[in-house]
Amino acid sequence: MTVVVVVAAVLVAVAALLALVRIERGPSMLDRALGLDLLTAGLVGAIAIEAAWSRRTETVPILVAMSLVGFVGSVVLSRFAAREPGSEPGSDAHASGEVPPEDRIDGQGGRQ
Amino acid sequence: MTEVDAGLWTTVADVAAALCLLAGAFLTFAAGVGVVRFPSLLARMHVVTKPQVLGLVLLLLALGLRVRSWSAVALLLLVVVFQLATAPVAAHLVSRAGFRTGKVDETGLHPNEMGEVPDDDPPASATSGPRAP
Amino acid sequence: MSDQSLRELVRSGLRRALVQWPAVVLLTGVWVLLWGDVSWANLVGGAALAVVVVTLFPLPPVRTEATFRPVAVGRLVVSFAADLFVASFQVAWLALRPGPVPQGAVVQVRLHNPDDVFLTVTAVLATLVPGSLVVETSRRRGTLFLHVLDVEGSGGVEGVRRHVQQLEERVLRAFAAAAVLERTGVAVRPTGRPDPRAGKGAGA
Repeated sequence: MTVVVVVAAVLVAVAALLALVRIERGPSMLDRALGLDLLTAGLVGAIAIEAAWSRRTETVPILVAMSLVGFVGSVVLSRFAAREPGSEPGSDAHASGEVPPEDRIDGQGGRQ
Repeated sequence: MTEVDAGLWTTVADVAAALCLLAGAFLTFAAGVGVVRFPSLLARMHVVTKPQVLGLVLLLLALGLRVRSWSAVALLLLVVVFQLATAPVAAHLVSRAGFRTGKVDETGLHPNEMGEVPDDDPPASATSGPRAP
Repeated sequence: MSDQSLRELVRSGLRRALVQWPAVVLLTGVWVLLWGDVSWANLVGGAALAVVVVTLFPLPPVRTEATFRPVAVGRLVVSFAADLFVASFQVAWLALRPGPVPQGAVVQVRLHNPDDVFLTVTAVLATLVPGSLVVETSRRRGTLFLHVLDVEGSGGVEGVRRHVQQLEERVLRAFAAAAVLERTGVAVRPTGRPDPRAGKGAGA
Protein backbone atom coordinates (compact mmCIF):
# COMPACT_ATOMS: atom_id res chain seq x y z
CA MET A 1 0.00 0.00 0.00
CA THR A 2 2.81 2.39 0.85
CA VAL A 3 4.34 2.12 -2.60
CA VAL A 4 0.97 2.76 -4.23
CA VAL A 5 0.37 5.78 -2.05
CA VAL A 6 3.79 7.23 -2.79
CA VAL A 7 3.41 6.75 -6.53
CA ALA A 8 -0.06 8.29 -6.50
CA ALA A 9 1.07 11.21 -4.37
CA VAL A 10 4.00 11.93 -6.68
CA LEU A 11 1.76 11.83 -9.75
CA VAL A 12 -0.75 14.21 -8.20
CA ALA A 13 2.01 16.53 -7.01
CA VAL A 14 3.46 16.68 -10.52
CA ALA A 15 0.00 17.47 -11.87
CA ALA A 16 -0.33 20.33 -9.39
CA LEU A 17 3.09 21.66 -10.39
CA LEU A 18 2.10 21.55 -14.06
CA ALA A 19 -1.07 23.42 -13.15
CA LEU A 20 1.13 26.06 -11.51
CA VAL A 21 3.16 26.28 -14.72
CA ARG A 22 -0.03 26.96 -16.64
CA ILE A 23 -1.13 29.57 -14.10
CA GLU A 24 2.19 31.34 -14.44
CA ARG A 25 2.36 31.11 -18.20
CA GLY A 26 -1.31 31.32 -19.16
CA PRO A 27 -1.78 34.05 -21.71
CA SER A 28 -5.23 34.99 -20.55
CA MET A 29 -7.15 35.09 -17.32
CA LEU A 30 -9.19 32.11 -18.48
CA ASP A 31 -6.13 29.91 -18.76
CA ARG A 32 -5.30 30.82 -15.20
CA ALA A 33 -8.82 29.97 -14.08
CA LEU A 34 -8.39 26.60 -15.72
CA GLY A 35 -5.04 26.02 -14.07
CA LEU A 36 -6.50 27.01 -10.73
CA ASP A 37 -9.27 24.49 -11.23
CA LEU A 38 -6.74 21.75 -11.80
CA LEU A 39 -4.68 22.92 -8.83
CA THR A 40 -7.72 22.68 -6.59
CA ALA A 41 -8.44 19.22 -7.93
CA GLY A 42 -4.86 18.26 -7.19
CA LEU A 43 -5.17 19.49 -3.63
CA VAL A 44 -8.40 17.59 -3.12
CA GLY A 45 -6.76 14.52 -4.57
CA ALA A 46 -3.75 14.89 -2.28
CA ILE A 47 -5.96 15.15 0.79
CA ALA A 48 -7.93 12.13 -0.39
CA ILE A 49 -4.73 10.12 -0.84
CA GLU A 50 -3.53 11.05 2.62
CA ALA A 51 -6.87 10.09 4.16
CA ALA A 52 -6.90 6.82 2.26
CA TRP A 53 -3.42 6.03 3.52
CA SER A 54 -4.13 6.71 7.18
CA ARG A 55 -7.77 5.58 7.09
CA ARG A 56 -8.86 8.73 8.83
CA THR A 57 -12.05 10.60 8.03
CA GLU A 58 -11.49 13.92 9.76
CA THR A 59 -10.28 15.58 6.58
CA VAL A 60 -13.26 14.58 4.45
CA PRO A 61 -15.26 17.79 5.15
CA ILE A 62 -12.34 19.75 3.74
CA LEU A 63 -12.88 17.90 0.48
CA VAL A 64 -16.49 19.05 0.32
CA ALA A 65 -15.55 22.66 0.92
CA MET A 66 -12.66 22.69 -1.52
CA SER A 67 -14.54 21.07 -4.35
CA LEU A 68 -17.07 23.90 -4.11
CA VAL A 69 -14.46 26.63 -3.73
CA GLY A 70 -12.79 25.52 -6.94
CA PHE A 71 -16.05 25.87 -8.82
CA VAL A 72 -16.81 29.32 -7.42
CA GLY A 73 -13.26 30.44 -8.23
CA SER A 74 -13.42 29.54 -11.89
CA VAL A 75 -16.91 30.98 -12.28
CA VAL A 76 -15.85 34.29 -10.76
CA LEU A 77 -12.71 34.44 -12.86
CA SER A 78 -14.61 33.77 -16.06
CA ARG A 79 -17.13 36.45 -15.19
CA PHE A 80 -14.35 38.95 -14.65
CA ALA A 81 -12.42 37.86 -17.70
CA ALA A 82 -15.35 38.87 -19.82
CA ARG A 83 -14.49 42.45 -18.86
CA GLU A 84 -10.73 42.12 -19.13
CA PRO A 85 -9.13 45.05 -20.99
CA GLY A 86 -8.41 44.25 -24.58
CA SER A 87 -11.45 42.09 -24.93
CA GLU A 88 -14.15 44.59 -25.72
CA PRO A 89 -13.91 47.30 -28.34
CA GLY A 90 -14.73 50.00 -25.82
CA SER A 91 -12.18 49.04 -23.24
CA ASP A 92 -9.64 48.27 -25.92
CA ALA A 93 -9.24 51.97 -26.67
CA HIS A 94 -8.79 52.62 -22.99
CA ALA A 95 -6.17 49.94 -22.66
CA SER A 96 -4.10 50.92 -25.71
CA GLY A 97 -4.12 54.64 -25.13
CA GLU A 98 -3.84 55.63 -21.53
CA VAL A 99 -3.37 59.29 -22.38
CA PRO A 100 -6.68 60.44 -23.85
CA PRO A 101 -8.80 59.82 -20.76
CA GLU A 102 -6.26 61.60 -18.59
CA ASP A 103 -6.19 64.38 -21.13
CA ARG A 104 -9.91 64.67 -20.93
CA ILE A 105 -9.85 64.86 -17.17
CA ASP A 106 -7.14 67.47 -17.42
CA GLY A 107 -9.17 69.47 -19.87
CA GLN A 108 -12.15 69.32 -17.61
CA GLY A 109 -10.02 70.45 -14.70
CA GLY A 110 -8.72 73.37 -16.74
CA ARG A 111 -12.16 74.46 -17.66
CA GLN A 112 -13.42 74.46 -14.14
CA MET B 1 -11.52 5.37 12.19
CA THR B 2 -13.35 2.13 11.73
CA GLU B 3 -12.25 -1.24 12.93
CA VAL B 4 -12.76 -3.87 10.29
CA ASP B 5 -12.03 -7.52 10.91
CA ALA B 6 -9.24 -8.62 8.69
CA GLY B 7 -10.40 -11.05 6.10
CA LEU B 8 -10.89 -11.70 2.46
CA TRP B 9 -13.15 -8.73 1.88
CA THR B 10 -10.73 -6.34 3.51
CA THR B 11 -7.99 -7.52 1.21
CA VAL B 12 -10.21 -7.28 -1.83
CA ALA B 13 -11.28 -3.76 -0.91
CA ASP B 14 -7.70 -2.70 -0.29
CA VAL B 15 -6.54 -4.04 -3.63
CA ALA B 16 -9.43 -2.31 -5.38
CA ALA B 17 -8.60 0.88 -3.51
CA ALA B 18 -4.98 0.64 -4.61
CA LEU B 19 -6.02 0.21 -8.24
CA CYS B 20 -8.38 3.17 -7.98
CA LEU B 21 -5.64 5.28 -6.41
CA LEU B 22 -3.22 4.50 -9.21
CA ALA B 23 -5.75 5.08 -11.97
CA GLY B 24 -6.99 8.31 -10.43
CA ALA B 25 -3.51 9.67 -9.87
CA PHE B 26 -2.56 8.71 -13.41
CA LEU B 27 -5.54 10.56 -14.85
CA THR B 28 -4.80 13.63 -12.74
CA PHE B 29 -1.20 13.53 -13.94
CA ALA B 30 -2.37 13.25 -17.54
CA ALA B 31 -4.60 16.25 -16.94
CA GLY B 32 -1.59 18.21 -15.72
CA VAL B 33 0.42 17.24 -18.80
CA GLY B 34 -2.46 18.17 -21.06
CA VAL B 35 -2.95 21.53 -19.43
CA VAL B 36 0.64 22.44 -20.20
CA ARG B 37 0.95 20.75 -23.58
CA PHE B 38 -2.30 21.51 -25.35
CA PRO B 39 -2.09 24.49 -27.66
CA SER B 40 -5.45 26.19 -27.30
CA LEU B 41 -7.74 27.23 -24.51
CA LEU B 42 -10.55 24.93 -25.56
CA ALA B 43 -8.30 21.91 -25.87
CA ARG B 44 -7.11 22.55 -22.33
CA MET B 45 -10.70 22.84 -21.24
CA HIS B 46 -11.27 19.25 -22.36
CA VAL B 47 -8.50 18.10 -20.09
CA VAL B 48 -9.94 19.89 -17.11
CA THR B 49 -13.39 18.44 -17.60
CA LYS B 50 -12.84 14.79 -18.37
CA PRO B 51 -9.67 13.20 -16.97
CA GLN B 52 -9.58 15.50 -13.99
CA VAL B 53 -13.13 14.72 -12.94
CA LEU B 54 -12.80 10.97 -13.37
CA GLY B 55 -9.41 11.04 -11.67
CA LEU B 56 -10.85 12.79 -8.67
CA VAL B 57 -13.82 10.43 -8.59
CA LEU B 58 -11.47 7.45 -8.61
CA LEU B 59 -9.35 8.91 -5.81
CA LEU B 60 -12.47 9.48 -3.73
CA LEU B 61 -13.67 5.97 -4.52
CA ALA B 62 -10.38 4.66 -3.24
CA LEU B 63 -10.82 6.66 -0.07
CA GLY B 64 -14.31 5.26 0.36
CA LEU B 65 -13.00 1.73 -0.08
CA ARG B 66 -10.33 2.32 2.54
CA VAL B 67 -12.45 3.95 5.23
CA ARG B 68 -15.54 1.83 5.34
CA SER B 69 -17.85 4.10 7.30
CA TRP B 70 -21.17 5.23 5.97
CA SER B 71 -20.93 8.84 7.07
CA ALA B 72 -17.67 9.32 5.21
CA VAL B 73 -19.04 7.59 2.13
CA ALA B 74 -22.07 9.87 2.21
CA LEU B 75 -19.84 12.93 2.24
CA LEU B 76 -17.70 11.51 -0.55
CA LEU B 77 -20.82 10.87 -2.59
CA LEU B 78 -21.71 14.51 -2.11
CA VAL B 79 -18.28 15.58 -3.36
CA VAL B 80 -18.63 13.37 -6.43
CA VAL B 81 -22.06 14.77 -7.23
CA PHE B 82 -20.78 18.33 -6.81
CA GLN B 83 -17.86 17.61 -9.10
CA LEU B 84 -20.02 16.04 -11.79
CA ALA B 85 -22.49 18.90 -11.61
CA THR B 86 -20.09 21.83 -11.40
CA ALA B 87 -17.21 20.87 -13.68
CA PRO B 88 -19.23 21.10 -16.91
CA VAL B 89 -20.79 24.38 -15.81
CA ALA B 90 -17.43 25.91 -15.03
CA ALA B 91 -15.97 24.63 -18.28
CA HIS B 92 -18.88 25.99 -20.25
CA LEU B 93 -18.64 29.40 -18.59
CA VAL B 94 -14.91 29.66 -19.18
CA SER B 95 -15.01 28.54 -22.79
CA ARG B 96 -17.99 30.73 -23.56
CA ALA B 97 -16.22 33.72 -22.07
CA GLY B 98 -13.21 32.81 -24.20
CA PHE B 99 -15.28 32.75 -27.35
CA ARG B 100 -17.21 35.92 -26.63
CA THR B 101 -14.11 37.94 -25.81
CA GLY B 102 -12.16 36.61 -28.74
CA LYS B 103 -9.49 34.84 -26.74
CA VAL B 104 -9.97 31.70 -28.79
CA ASP B 105 -8.15 31.77 -32.08
CA GLU B 106 -10.67 30.29 -34.44
CA THR B 107 -8.17 29.79 -37.24
CA GLY B 108 -7.09 26.41 -35.95
CA LEU B 109 -10.59 25.00 -35.76
CA HIS B 110 -11.08 22.79 -38.75
CA PRO B 111 -14.77 22.57 -39.38
CA ASN B 112 -15.80 25.70 -37.56
CA GLU B 113 -19.56 25.72 -37.47
CA MET B 114 -19.73 28.50 -34.97
CA GLY B 115 -21.28 30.72 -37.61
CA GLU B 116 -23.29 33.53 -36.22
CA VAL B 117 -24.07 32.85 -32.64
CA PRO B 118 -27.49 34.33 -32.16
CA ASP B 119 -27.82 36.51 -29.14
CA ASP B 120 -30.26 34.38 -27.35
CA ASP B 121 -33.29 36.48 -26.71
CA PRO B 122 -35.97 34.05 -25.78
CA PRO B 123 -39.41 34.60 -27.25
CA ALA B 124 -41.28 36.30 -24.49
CA SER B 125 -44.29 34.05 -24.59
CA ALA B 126 -43.03 30.53 -25.04
CA THR B 127 -40.25 30.02 -22.54
CA SER B 128 -40.19 30.59 -18.84
CA GLY B 129 -36.99 32.53 -18.68
CA PRO B 130 -34.86 33.28 -15.62
CA ARG B 131 -37.05 36.11 -14.52
CA ALA B 132 -38.04 36.42 -10.93
CA PRO B 133 -41.78 36.48 -10.60
CA MET C 1 -39.28 45.61 8.26
CA SER C 2 -42.71 45.69 9.76
CA ASP C 3 -44.66 42.83 11.23
CA GLN C 4 -47.00 42.76 8.28
CA SER C 5 -44.33 42.37 5.63
CA LEU C 6 -42.56 39.72 7.67
CA ARG C 7 -45.73 37.67 7.88
CA GLU C 8 -46.21 38.09 4.16
CA LEU C 9 -42.68 36.89 3.52
CA VAL C 10 -43.19 33.82 5.66
CA ARG C 11 -46.45 33.01 3.95
CA SER C 12 -44.99 33.33 0.46
CA GLY C 13 -42.04 31.25 1.57
CA LEU C 14 -44.25 28.42 2.73
CA ARG C 15 -46.25 28.58 -0.44
CA ARG C 16 -43.11 28.39 -2.52
CA ALA C 17 -41.83 25.50 -0.45
CA LEU C 18 -45.02 23.67 -1.24
CA VAL C 19 -44.59 24.33 -4.94
CA GLN C 20 -40.90 23.53 -4.99
CA TRP C 21 -41.01 20.46 -2.83
CA PRO C 22 -38.46 18.56 -4.94
CA ALA C 23 -35.91 21.27 -4.22
CA VAL C 24 -36.73 21.13 -0.53
CA VAL C 25 -36.34 17.35 -0.48
CA LEU C 26 -33.07 17.61 -2.38
CA LEU C 27 -31.62 20.24 -0.05
CA THR C 28 -32.68 18.26 2.99
CA GLY C 29 -30.96 15.24 1.53
CA VAL C 30 -27.77 17.24 1.04
CA TRP C 31 -27.98 18.46 4.62
CA VAL C 32 -28.39 14.93 5.98
CA LEU C 33 -25.47 13.77 3.86
CA LEU C 34 -23.34 16.61 5.18
CA TRP C 35 -24.02 15.60 8.75
CA GLY C 36 -23.47 12.00 7.90
CA ASP C 37 -26.24 10.35 9.89
CA VAL C 38 -30.01 10.33 9.76
CA SER C 39 -31.65 11.71 12.86
CA TRP C 40 -34.80 13.69 13.53
CA ALA C 41 -32.79 16.79 14.39
CA ASN C 42 -30.96 16.60 11.08
CA LEU C 43 -34.14 16.01 9.10
CA VAL C 44 -36.10 18.82 10.72
CA GLY C 45 -33.20 21.25 10.69
CA GLY C 46 -32.41 20.44 7.09
CA ALA C 47 -36.01 20.88 6.03
CA ALA C 48 -36.26 24.21 7.83
CA LEU C 49 -33.05 25.41 6.23
CA ALA C 50 -34.26 24.22 2.84
CA VAL C 51 -37.46 26.22 3.21
CA VAL C 52 -35.43 29.30 4.12
CA VAL C 53 -33.14 28.80 1.12
CA VAL C 54 -36.04 28.29 -1.27
CA THR C 55 -37.68 31.44 0.10
CA LEU C 56 -34.64 33.69 0.01
CA PHE C 57 -33.28 32.46 -3.31
CA PRO C 58 -36.34 31.75 -5.40
CA LEU C 59 -35.99 30.08 -8.76
CA PRO C 60 -38.36 30.61 -11.64
CA PRO C 61 -40.83 27.81 -12.12
CA VAL C 62 -39.84 25.35 -14.79
CA ARG C 63 -42.60 24.12 -16.93
CA THR C 64 -41.68 20.81 -18.36
CA GLU C 65 -43.17 17.48 -19.14
CA ALA C 66 -41.00 15.26 -17.05
CA THR C 67 -41.35 11.79 -15.73
CA PHE C 68 -39.05 9.12 -14.39
CA ARG C 69 -38.42 5.74 -15.98
CA PRO C 70 -36.19 3.66 -13.73
CA VAL C 71 -34.98 1.23 -16.37
CA ALA C 72 -34.11 3.98 -18.81
CA VAL C 73 -32.42 5.98 -16.06
CA GLY C 74 -30.32 2.95 -15.19
CA ARG C 75 -29.37 2.53 -18.82
CA LEU C 76 -28.45 6.21 -19.01
CA VAL C 77 -26.28 5.99 -15.90
CA VAL C 78 -24.47 2.87 -17.06
CA SER C 79 -23.78 4.20 -20.54
CA PHE C 80 -22.72 7.52 -19.02
CA ALA C 81 -20.22 5.87 -16.70
CA ALA C 82 -18.79 3.78 -19.54
CA ASP C 83 -18.54 6.84 -21.77
CA LEU C 84 -16.86 8.83 -19.02
CA PHE C 85 -14.21 6.14 -18.64
CA VAL C 86 -13.58 5.92 -22.36
CA ALA C 87 -13.52 9.69 -22.85
CA SER C 88 -11.18 10.28 -19.92
CA PHE C 89 -8.61 7.76 -21.03
CA GLN C 90 -8.90 9.00 -24.61
CA VAL C 91 -8.09 12.55 -23.57
CA ALA C 92 -5.34 11.32 -21.26
CA TRP C 93 -3.81 9.39 -24.14
CA LEU C 94 -4.03 12.44 -26.39
CA ALA C 95 -2.23 14.44 -23.72
CA LEU C 96 0.53 11.93 -23.11
CA ARG C 97 1.26 10.54 -26.56
CA PRO C 98 4.15 12.04 -28.45
CA GLY C 99 3.49 14.01 -31.53
CA PRO C 100 1.30 16.96 -32.37
CA VAL C 101 -1.84 17.64 -30.42
CA PRO C 102 -5.04 18.09 -32.40
CA GLN C 103 -6.54 21.55 -32.57
CA GLY C 104 -10.15 20.54 -32.58
CA ALA C 105 -13.27 21.81 -34.22
CA VAL C 106 -16.60 23.36 -33.45
CA VAL C 107 -19.68 21.41 -34.44
CA GLN C 108 -23.31 22.38 -34.29
CA VAL C 109 -25.75 19.82 -33.04
CA ARG C 110 -29.47 20.32 -33.40
CA LEU C 111 -31.34 18.64 -30.59
CA HIS C 112 -34.68 16.90 -30.92
CA ASN C 113 -36.35 18.79 -28.16
CA PRO C 114 -35.38 22.34 -27.22
CA ASP C 115 -36.95 22.19 -23.81
CA ASP C 116 -34.85 23.93 -21.17
CA VAL C 117 -34.44 21.08 -18.74
CA PHE C 118 -33.51 18.44 -21.27
CA LEU C 119 -31.23 20.86 -23.08
CA THR C 120 -29.41 21.51 -19.83
CA VAL C 121 -29.08 17.87 -18.86
CA THR C 122 -27.88 16.93 -22.32
CA ALA C 123 -25.38 19.79 -22.37
CA VAL C 124 -23.92 18.83 -19.00
CA LEU C 125 -23.63 15.18 -19.95
CA ALA C 126 -22.22 16.03 -23.37
CA THR C 127 -19.53 18.14 -21.78
CA LEU C 128 -18.46 15.27 -19.60
CA VAL C 129 -18.76 12.49 -22.08
CA PRO C 130 -18.01 12.00 -25.73
CA GLY C 131 -14.89 14.02 -26.41
CA SER C 132 -16.89 17.19 -26.69
CA LEU C 133 -17.32 20.42 -24.82
CA VAL C 134 -20.32 22.70 -25.00
CA VAL C 135 -19.11 26.20 -25.74
CA GLU C 136 -22.37 27.87 -26.63
CA THR C 137 -26.02 27.04 -26.71
CA SER C 138 -28.91 28.53 -28.52
CA ARG C 139 -31.94 27.97 -26.45
CA ARG C 140 -34.37 29.22 -29.00
CA ARG C 141 -33.22 26.91 -31.73
CA GLY C 142 -32.32 24.06 -29.45
CA THR C 143 -28.78 23.91 -30.76
CA LEU C 144 -25.57 23.05 -28.97
CA PHE C 145 -22.20 24.29 -30.18
CA LEU C 146 -19.65 21.70 -29.25
CA HIS C 147 -15.91 21.89 -29.33
CA VAL C 148 -14.51 18.52 -30.33
CA LEU C 149 -10.92 17.73 -29.55
CA ASP C 150 -10.25 14.89 -31.93
CA VAL C 151 -12.65 14.95 -34.84
CA GLU C 152 -11.18 12.00 -36.73
CA GLY C 153 -11.08 9.91 -33.60
CA SER C 154 -14.76 10.39 -32.91
CA GLY C 155 -15.96 9.53 -36.37
CA GLY C 156 -16.02 12.90 -38.08
CA VAL C 157 -18.57 15.65 -37.75
CA GLU C 158 -21.47 13.35 -38.46
CA GLY C 159 -20.23 10.90 -35.88
CA VAL C 160 -20.18 13.60 -33.23
CA ARG C 161 -23.69 14.69 -34.14
CA ARG C 162 -24.99 11.16 -34.03
CA HIS C 163 -23.30 10.51 -30.71
CA VAL C 164 -24.77 13.58 -29.02
CA GLN C 165 -28.20 12.90 -30.44
CA GLN C 166 -28.07 9.36 -29.13
CA LEU C 167 -27.13 10.80 -25.75
CA GLU C 168 -30.10 13.12 -25.90
CA GLU C 169 -32.38 10.26 -26.85
CA ARG C 170 -31.23 8.37 -23.78
CA VAL C 171 -31.92 11.44 -21.65
CA LEU C 172 -35.37 11.83 -23.16
CA ARG C 173 -36.19 8.17 -22.72
CA ALA C 174 -35.18 8.47 -19.09
CA PHE C 175 -36.91 11.69 -18.10
CA ALA C 176 -39.29 12.98 -20.77
CA ALA C 177 -43.00 12.43 -20.71
CA ALA C 178 -44.64 10.24 -23.29
CA ALA C 179 -46.03 13.25 -25.13
CA VAL C 180 -42.53 14.59 -25.69
CA LEU C 181 -41.30 11.24 -26.92
CA GLU C 182 -44.20 11.02 -29.30
CA ARG C 183 -43.69 14.54 -30.57
CA THR C 184 -40.00 14.11 -31.20
CA GLY C 185 -40.33 10.59 -32.49
CA VAL C 186 -37.57 9.30 -30.26
CA ALA C 187 -39.13 6.05 -29.20
CA VAL C 188 -40.09 5.09 -32.71
CA ARG C 189 -36.80 5.67 -34.49
CA PRO C 190 -33.74 5.32 -32.28
CA THR C 191 -31.23 7.13 -34.53
CA GLY C 192 -33.18 9.22 -36.97
CA ARG C 193 -32.68 12.75 -38.15
CA PRO C 194 -34.76 15.19 -36.16
CA ASP C 195 -37.84 16.38 -37.92
CA PRO C 196 -37.78 20.04 -38.80
CA ARG C 197 -40.04 21.52 -36.20
CA ALA C 198 -41.65 24.55 -37.74
CA GLY C 199 -40.42 27.39 -35.58
CA LYS C 200 -41.60 25.90 -32.33
CA GLY C 201 -39.95 27.57 -29.38
CA ALA C 202 -40.02 25.48 -26.25
CA GLY C 203 -42.14 22.55 -25.30
CA ALA C 204 -45.63 23.69 -24.50
